[in-house]
Amino acid sequence: MPEPDKSGEAGSSPSLPEGVTSEHLLEWLDGMLLIRYFESESVRLSLAGKIPGGIHSSEGQEAVAVGTMAALDGRDVVSGTHRSHHHALAKGLGPRPVMAELFGKATGVSGGRGGSMHLVDADRRFLGSNGIVGAGLGLAMGAALGMKLQSQSLVAVGFFGDGGANTGRVWESVNLAALWGLPLIVVCENNLYAVETHISASMAGTSIADRAAGFGLPAETVDGQDILTVYDTVRRARERAVAGCGPTFLEMRTYRYEGHNVGDVQNYRELAEVEDWRANRDPIGRLRQLLEGTGVLGPGGYAAAVGRAREAVDDAIAFAEASAWPDTADVMRSWPAVPVSAVSA
Amino acid sequence: MSEKLTYSQAYRAGLAEEMTANATIFVMGTDIFLRGGHFAQVLGLGEQFGVERIRDAPISEAAMVAAGVGAALQGMRPIVDLNFLDFSFGCMDELCNQAAKIHYMFGIPVPLVVRATNGVAYGGAQHNNVIDSWFAEMPGLNVAVPSTPRDVKGLIKSSLRLDDPVLFLMDKSLTGIRGEVDGPEDLIPLGRADVVRVGQDVTLISYAASVRVCHQAADMLHERGISAEVIDLRTLYPLDLETACASVRKTGRAVIVDKSAGYGGVSAELAASIQRSAFNYLDAPVGRIHAAHSPVPQSPPLIKAMMPAVQMVVDEVLLLTTSS
Repeated sequence: MPEPDKSGEAGSSPSLPEGVTSEHLLEWLDGMLLIRYFESESVRLSLAGKIPGGIHSSEGQEAVAVGTMAALDGRDVVSGTHRSHHHALAKGLGPRPVMAELFGKATGVSGGRGGSMHLVDADRRFLGSNGIVGAGLGLAMGAALGMKLQSQSLVAVGFFGDGGANTGRVWESVNLAALWGLPLIVVCENNLYAVETHISASMAGTSIADRAAGFGLPAETVDGQDILTVYDTVRRARERAVAGCGPTFLEMRTYRYEGHNVGDVQNYRELAEVEDWRANRDPIGRLRQLLEGTGVLGPGGYAAAVGRAREAVDDAIAFAEASAWPDTADVMRSWPAVPVSAVSA
Repeated sequence: MSEKLTYSQAYRAGLAEEMTANATIFVMGTDIFLRGGHFAQVLGLGEQFGVERIRDAPISEAAMVAAGVGAALQGMRPIVDLNFLDFSFGCMDELCNQAAKIHYMFGIPVPLVVRATNGVAYGGAQHNNVIDSWFAEMPGLNVAVPSTPRDVKGLIKSSLRLDDPVLFLMDKSLTGIRGEVDGPEDLIPLGRADVVRVGQDVTLISYAASVRVCHQAADMLHERGISAEVIDLRTLYPLDLETACASVRKTGRAVIVDKSAGYGGVSAELAASIQRSAFNYLDAPVGRIHAAHSPVPQSPPLIKAMMPAVQMVVDEVLLLTTSS
């Protein structure tokens, strides 16, 4: 790993947000690259039949997850969406147990009971990716209520997407959070497409953030491809929440490079559009440019970071492959607290 | 020492005892702080426990239940009060896709109670849905359906000590009934039916307000020399099939009585289980008395015409006893 060039940080580099050092930037680069290669490998493994069922790749949306989690305390709660591998990995869930969960193996984060849309880690306070559009936000809102009632100086972050912005439950939760002044950060990842429907065909009004503003909470539109902006916006939202000033709504403009699900035929958007986002607004490319331009990342530094990401993902795949299937005798997983119906035959 | 309380007061008493003992319990619902809920179920608790713990919420069923699930995951023990069970249609995902599944999928318990009033009274089709069975069919949910003040108090206390979601359903037609309740440490476990009347010739199985129908039918049958045993299920999940089947093995006949629309549901589940585990003891087919398969009307004679009545239970028993 190359030594960060401290002089560059003070001199030629653009000013970094409060509390950010070049070491942080290098960690974020690693974090985003891990997600990037985790996702491209997940797509490959899903198409190859190794991962049962499809997955929703977050490739392209790495900065939203890594930048958001970087601004949080480890005890803060995060609740995700159906497209949530990036949230899980950025929240600190290991690539090994996450990949194993995608495979349906016993060593997965949910013991094979969850899958891609039900990743969880109670200790790391990741309360799940979620199979229902808009539903994860409600769980985060409830966790924020719990934090408020327990007088904890913590926050909850609830993710949803532009598709979720057209569900009633999202706005019920935003209203309740604003009404009760909950320590909640509402993050809408607007990647422009709800499955195949472009936002212009699904949303009345000017913007998702403008809708949110009507609920009387601060609502900002954020460049979700710029990790520094994401980090700093979430940091400020967290400060507000912890100070007792209530929730903040952040519409992060981002883009997914893959289709909604693996193997989708994408005749709803032009390849040129995808290429434009990849070439000109890629969150990893942007950070790389900053790091190399300021000398924080020396020659060969980027290739080394890519190598580390590949190594971690390859290791996770090998781990998942080698792991055992869950014990089918325990399929009902009768938790002790769940009383079972008794019949004597 | 026992005292007589109404059905609603018994709920309030059990809740107050548990809230006093456990600071993580709080209630969310519409019109609960001042009004005390539509059935006076938490009347006075606002003053006792304050606005944070008797928490008025907007009419946002999805957000309320989601808030309950999230707060439960954060270490609280929320009660979401939906007032009418009919309003659960607005939070079905939160109940069935989130609350019910999280413990299984994630290994994190969700100690959530959702209280609602069920049953049939006036108010028309949209306020009188009998959908108790829906929730009992959903893996991960428990369903309590008490019929007496004693059971209300004992079961709400147990529900508030359970680590998994409970739909706590209180029959609207029982709101004002009075009865004795037990003390602070007298809990009634979920999953244990109550043999509320001992008999020898037929077993009448029901829950909530239909238990009273069965009692009245048993009185009428007694006059005809037929001894009916009456079983109050008290919870629909867990369902105490053992008690029901043991009774049928003794009496040889069973009639299940509820206010459902009679298609599927708990009565079908019971009938199937009885024929499987008490087949050789049966002297007659299992009878089912339920409402018409129809939305509930508003006009009193129309309601009367479509709901199970005491005479229908009596007639069914007479048919099953004379034909075998």
